[in-house]
Parts: sequence; structure tokens; C-alpha cells
Amino acid sequence: MNRKNTLYLRRRFVNGFNLTLSMVTVAFALFFLGWILLTLIEHGFGDISLATFTQMTPPPGSEGGLLNAIVGSLLMVAVATLIGTPVGILAGTYLAEFGKTGWLAPGTRFINDILLSGPSIVIGLFVYELVVHRVGHFSGWAGAIALSLIVIPVVVRTSENMLLLVPNSLREAAAALGAPQWKVVMFVSYRAAKAGIITGILLAVARIFGETAPLLFTALNNQFWNTDMNAPMASLAVIIFQFAMSPYEDWHHLAWAGALLITLLVLGLNILARALFRRDVTHG
Amino acid sequence: MKRYTRLFSGAIMAASLMVAPLAQAVNITGAGATFPYPIYAKWAEAYNAKTGVRLNYQSIGSGGGIKQIQNKTVNFGASDKPLTPAELDKDGLMQFPTVIGGVVPVVNIDGITSGKLKLNGEVLANIFLKKITKWNDPAIAKLNPGVSLPDANITVVHRSDGSGTTFVFANYLSKVSEEWKNKVGADTSISWPTGVGGKGNEGVASYVQRIKNSIGYVEYAYAKQNGLTYVLMQNREGEFVKPGLASFQAAAKYAEWDKAPGFYEIITNEPGKESWPIASATFILMHKVQDNPAVAKEVLKFFKFAYAEGDKMAESLDYVPLPDNVVSLIEAHWKANMKGKDGSPIVE
Amino acid sequence: MRSRLRRSISQGAILDILFLNTTRVFAFLVFISLFGVMITLLMASMPTLEKFGLSFLTSDAWNPVTQEFGGLVPIYGTLVTSAIAMLIAVPVSFGIALFITELCPTLLKRPLGIAVELLAGIPSIIYGMWGLFVFAPFFADHAQPWINDHLGSLPVVGPLFQGPPMGIGMLTAGLILAIMVIPFIASVMRDVFEIVPPLLKESAYGLGATTWEVVWHVVLPYTKVGVIGGIMLGLGRALGETMAVTFVIGNAHELSTSLLMPGNTISSALANEFTEAVGELYTSSLITLGMLLFVITFIVLALAKILLIRLTAREGKTT
Repeated sequence: MNRKNTLYLRRRFVNGFNLTLSMVTVAFALFFLGWILLTLIEHGFGDISLATFTQMTPPPGSEGGLLNAIVGSLLMVAVATLIGTPVGILAGTYLAEFGKTGWLAPGTRFINDILLSGPSIVIGLFVYELVVHRVGHFSGWAGAIALSLIVIPVVVRTSENMLLLVPNSLREAAAALGAPQWKVVMFVSYRAAKAGIITGILLAVARIFGETAPLLFTALNNQFWNTDMNAPMASLAVIIFQFAMSPYEDWHHLAWAGALLITLLVLGLNILARALFRRDVTHG
Repeated sequence: MKRYTRLFSGAIMAASLMVAPLAQAVNITGAGATFPYPIYAKWAEAYNAKTGVRLNYQSIGSGGGIKQIQNKTVNFGASDKPLTPAELDKDGLMQFPTVIGGVVPVVNIDGITSGKLKLNGEVLANIFLKKITKWNDPAIAKLNPGVSLPDANITVVHRSDGSGTTFVFANYLSKVSEEWKNKVGADTSISWPTGVGGKGNEGVASYVQRIKNSIGYVEYAYAKQNGLTYVLMQNREGEFVKPGLASFQAAAKYAEWDKAPGFYEIITNEPGKESWPIASATFILMHKVQDNPAVAKEVLKFFKFAYAEGDKMAESLDYVPLPDNVVSLIEAHWKANMKGKDGSPIVE
Repeated sequence: MRSRLRRSISQGAILDILFLNTTRVFAFLVFISLFGVMITLLMASMPTLEKFGLSFLTSDAWNPVTQEFGGLVPIYGTLVTSAIAMLIAVPVSFGIALFITELCPTLLKRPLGIAVELLAGIPSIIYGMWGLFVFAPFFADHAQPWINDHLGSLPVVGPLFQGPPMGIGMLTAGLILAIMVIPFIASVMRDVFEIVPPLLKESAYGLGATTWEVVWHVVLPYTKVGVIGGIMLGLGRALGETMAVTFVIGNAHELSTSLLMPGNTISSALANEFTEAVGELYTSSLITLGMLLFVITFIVLALAKILLIRLTAREGKTT
């Protein structure tokens, strides 16, 4: 009786201890999030004004905003996501649903996992050789392609993981009702894994919004207003990098404003996606 | 496998060609050195307001600038480190200087304010060679009678990224110290005998501000804007000079540009009583034979404008404009050397 | 009636084949494009491999003037900073995922999830600048003296924690990396934890298991592939992260035992020097470093695979 009791107490203690630890970890993450956000807001909020959204990036000593960079970033990130997401999801589907035999699935999985850690400057280099060097000039297209190559591995990995976690019994149930495989994947697997796949896409978008290195050698940057994807294009990340590293105060302010904007944008996307797929999340 | 790669890249090219640009106002693209980025941006804005021509300059680093002009992906490249005449000829390039700046040694020592500490080239080299390791070393004390220096180890701070600033600094040390020249040499990145590396001028400035008893080097604008403690340097004539527009311009005046083939001139350790010893020009690179003379003409028009009307803008951002005699040399150089494919000169 | 059924079945079969092949084509597309990246890299690193061969791995030289290059310092720095980052990030992320899925009141669930993902949305250059201007000074003034006094005097591990309090160095870089990868690992862990069928958990609870036991013995084994996938995602980010590390690691091309001393990583060497590198051998050596990063990832991945296989095998025996 006594032994049983101590065992029970020990289990209770272990449980309590570990759960407390888990709360500490949340506090740890929130502490740093708060600290960084505070720094961002402290530097960035005063610097965001109407001009930030209506004027072009200025030379030092002049008034200006980030309009061309915001538009450039949105354009390139949108195109990159439009290219990268379907490619990534479909490839991930193949790996999870059909990739049990043959060389293609393990080969793709292997290269994909390795590229997840690839320094992004290398991607820029590849697209530089493939597109910029051959076409003969820098362009927004080249930038978008480079970014899409960063989106793909992230989306492939998360889609595959999420699809693999969908219980097989669900698929079997659908198949038993006579659904063909494509219907099983489309209406059962995708539905069950939706929240996870969207998280993957969001993580990818968050990542490319802040990428500087792959854009430097592909989209370059542009001081002027430009929506022509075939010409050098401005982006928030490159502007932040260049302005933050400069000696001039007014450029520093714009860099902080840009950083805050990126963070708010990604936050907005997050909330939007979570709101759209709320039911999935709460139902688990 | 190769066939598929080609297929893939072909598809991408086709896609990008489909959205070919409609004829627009003249657009010029240039890329390269980070040091002159702010002033080129400023000139470009003024020029755009005046003529409607959009000259888009982007800082991707001098190495990048050289690579891009070789690959002809830009209309002009820019570099802080001049190419030798042989390097220029190899790729059919020409170069010319645009503005001048200076590299400034900065320190963080308790009780030492800007201009209080004096150094010369040899001592500076020995500090960066790790041969002088304490601030109260007799060699430093000799140059600074009456200044109380701490008995503390010197922490050297240098650039970690490849940089024109490093090239100029190391070039100066090579000129004043035989040992530096043989052991280390000069390039945009070098193998440092000692110290910590900061990313960019920003990084070096911040490390020097943070680490007590440190010494680093930054471009003048950073020293000025960040309120760093600068050092007086002894120049070739034995005078101790203060870094600033006047002393940089003095160095540029004494440089013998007319005797430098292809403007290969590094203006460190120049003669002249007022000359700052670690000054440098930054350069533009273009092809001698132009595939597209119309664009090349626009590029040169832009720099003509910059030389003629851009001096005030340069000074407001702590750059030194070129002396007039150098500008006329450059314009003559354009006329003589840059040609269209058919051999006709670009500048009449 | 029967013929209609047959038609719809055969239609389904055609669509099935179409669907299978569409996904296969895209998988192939991914394979090809990523393979292209690898081939480009390999070709670009040939000059270095020809000149230095395997000694590139063991040499700590890095001299652009004399054109001598070796990758030992950045390889060491990459491994050390990533190890520090994972040591912190994996347990913390696990704790966060556990809290969000099992303990958190429903009302807080979404805000917390969003907060964690917000950490992922901050651009890495901001982590870098925050690290350089805010965290490093704080760390130097308040944490490093304590580390020096208390950990620096320990036997064996002491030398790891000795050094001047500069605030920059491998430990700072590892810490910031940890903060950066936590959201990646935590959000994947949370998503996979949420997918565990409630039936499984309910039955464990029904047997009297505590929350911790359910998570440790039911949720974790069920989701191990996903969890390891998430950790890999985080590790990948840590290994390849550039800007944040570049600002705070100190970028010294020196091997030092102390974690408080400046070092270098592969990606920050690339970020620092690539744009200014002139000359074939220099550029090629930097790209070779990039290649080595892929090799490191491959080894890590292979280890993870082996681990997974062994985990599965053990399970087979005990149940």
C-alpha cells in the first residue's frame, strides 16, 4: 500500500514538475518575443507615418518612404508563393501518398531535406547563373524564382509530414466507400492536414519576407517606383539591410520602420490564416 | 539530367521574356561598392528630378560590381579597389574615380577624447600586427607626451566582411610597414594577425564603442555620425592631421592622376602637409566598347552632371568631391577611350 | 445502372492515374530544380577541391592575399553554434507545444500559437541588430561575468566559459539561434501533437495516466516522425542562418576553446565575404564551404534516420 502510494506521489510529482517546466518554457519564449517586439516598436513605431506608404525610398537627408520596397516585396513574395506552394504541396503529396516505391520519392526527400539548411545566398547564386546571367539583367522574376526555391523545401517537408500523420483508417474508410484515390487525397487527407500545411506555407512566407541574400544577386533593388517584374525590383529586406548598415540616422529610421512592417505583415497573415481555418485548429 | 535542367531553365527564360518591358523612359542600372551608395542614390534622385532619367545604383559589394560588369548584367560597375591596367585590359574595361573618402582609426580609451591620441603609420601597423599590445607601450607614449595612457591590453577590431575600407587601410599599412607588406599584404579581405571582426562599418563602430581599450577603423562618415573617438595621424611630411573633408581633399590634390594609367591610383600616404594619409577614391567601371552606345552616353551624362553640380550634395554626406583638374582629365579619358561597336566615340 | 457505375469507376481510375502522375511530375520538378542547385554548387567548388583536396577540411588557414583556404574554423563554429541552439531550442519547443496542446485554456490557445509564430516572422536581420545593439551589451554586462565566475572555474568544462565579457561570440550566437528556431520547432510540434487521435489519449487518461505520461508515452511516440521532422526543420534553419549570426559571432577566423570568444560559421563567412570576393579560387572556396554545409546536413539527417529506425525496432520488441 505504502509503496503504491509513493509511486503515485512520484508520478504526481514528475507530472507537476514537468508541466511547470513547460510553463517556464512558454514564459521564456514570450519573454524574448516581448523584448524583441519592444525594441522593434520602440525604434519603429515613431518612424512609421503616412509617408512610409506613399513615398519612394529616399537618398540620405531627404524625406521619403518605403512604397516601392513594400510593393516590390509583396509582388515577389506573392509570385514566389504562387509558384512554390502548389509545387511544394503536390510534391509533398507524392512523397506522402504515393512515394512508397521507386527512387524518385527517397531521392527528392533526401535533396529536399538537405536544401532546407542550404545557405540562402547559394540559391541566389544558382538563380543568378540560371536566369540573370543568361537574360543579361537583374529582374523581379529572378528574385521571385529564387524566393520560390526557398519556399519549396519548407512546403514539401511540412506537407509530407502533415499528410503522413493523417490516420490511415480515415483513408481506408473513404476507400471502402468507393472513393478513388484522388478523391481520398483531396477530400480526406488534405482536409485533415489543412492546418498543418497552412502553417508550413506561413512559415515559408515569413521566411522569404525577410530574405536578403537570395535577392541581392537576382532582383537587385530599385531606388525608384517599379512594378515591371522584368526590371530590377526593390524589396523591404534588401532596403532594411542597406539602410541599417549605413551611417545616416534617417536611413536607420526607415530600416526600423521596414522591420516593424515586415513583422506586422507576417503577424497579419498569421491571424488571417488562423481565423479562416479556426475550426480546424480548435477541433484538432 | 542536363537536358531537363536546360528544359527547366528554358521554360523560365521563356516566361521572363513573355513579360518583356514596354519601351520606357531611360533606365540605367549600376551595382557595386557599398561605400559610395548613399551619394550615388542622392545624385540619382536629383538627376531624375532634373531629366527624368532613372539611374538605379545598388550596393552589392565591390567584388560583386566587378563580376557584374564582366558579365554585362549592369550598365556600369563600381569598386572601391581600383583594377590594375592589366586587369582592365583583360576584360576590355575602363575606370574612373568619382568621389573621395577617408578611413579613420578610432579608439575607446577612458579619458581619451577625439584628436587627443596621436599615432603614426608604423605604430598603427605594429598594433594591428600584435607587436604592440599595451596602450602604455613606449612607442605610443613617445608620440603622446603628457597624455596618460592606461596599462591595458589593446583589443583590435577589424572588418569581418570583405571591404574596400579594409583594402585602403591595409594598403596604407603596407606602404608604411615593410613587415605588414610581407606578412599580411593588402586586399579587400586579409588574414588578420589579431582581433575581432565586425560586420560592416556599423559592426566595427559598435564593437569599438562596446569594448574598452579597443582600436578599429571605419569610414569617416561613420566615425562622425556615431561620435567615435578618432585619432590624429602623422602623415608623410611628419605633420599630425585631423581627419576631415579638408585633409582628404588635400590628399586628392597631391595625387598624380595624370601619371596613373587607367586611373590606377591609391591615394594613401600622399605628400602634402595637410594630407590625411588614409584617403581613397572610389571608382566606376565600364566597358570600353559599348554594345549599346545610347545607354553608355546616358551614364556618362549622369556622371558629368554629378561632377558639375553634385559637389554640395557630396559634402553634405561627408564625401569629398574630386578636384576640377581631375574631372577634366576624366572627361578627356572618356572621349579618348570609350567607343561604340563601330568605333565611333561615345562622347563627342 | 451497372454500366453507369462501371463508367464512374473507370473515370475514377483515369483521374487516379492523372492525379498520381501530376504529383509525380511535381515531385520530379522539385527533384530536378534542387538537384540543379547541387550540381551548380559542385561545379563551382571544383577549383578548390582540385587545389586543396581533403586538406581543406583540416586546415584553419584563411588568407585571401596568399590564396590559402581551409574550412576548419567555420565548420567548427557552425557545429558548435547549432549544437548550443538545439540544446536550448528542442526542450523549450517541446515545453511550448505541450503547454499549448495539453494545458492551455482554450481561450489562450490561439493567442499563444500566434505569439510563437510571430517569433518566426521577425526578419533575421532584426534578430541580428537586436542581438548586436540590445542583447550583446546586456549579456556582456549581466550574464557573462556570472558565467565567468561560476562556470569558468569548473573542472573540464571550465575553459569553455572563460573569456573577456565582450557580449559577442559563439555562446551569444547559439542563444540567438535558439530563439530563432524555437517557433519553427514549436509550431510543427504543436501541429503534430494536435493530430493525435483523441481516442488514444482518452484511453491512456482512462487508465489513470497523468498528463505528462500521456504526452511522453502516447503523444510523443505517435508523432515521432513529425517531431523529428520539426527538429530537422529547426536544425536546418540553425545551420544555414546567416544574418543574425553574422552580427553577433565576432567573425574571427580563429579556433578557440572558449564559447565566449568570437568564432565564425559557414554561412556568416559566406555572407561576409562573398560579395567582395575577387578571384576564382576565393569564390570557389566560399562555395565549397556552402557545399560542406550540405554535407553536414546530410550526416545529421542520416543520423536522425538511423535513430528513427532504431526507435521503431525497439518498439516492435517491447509491445
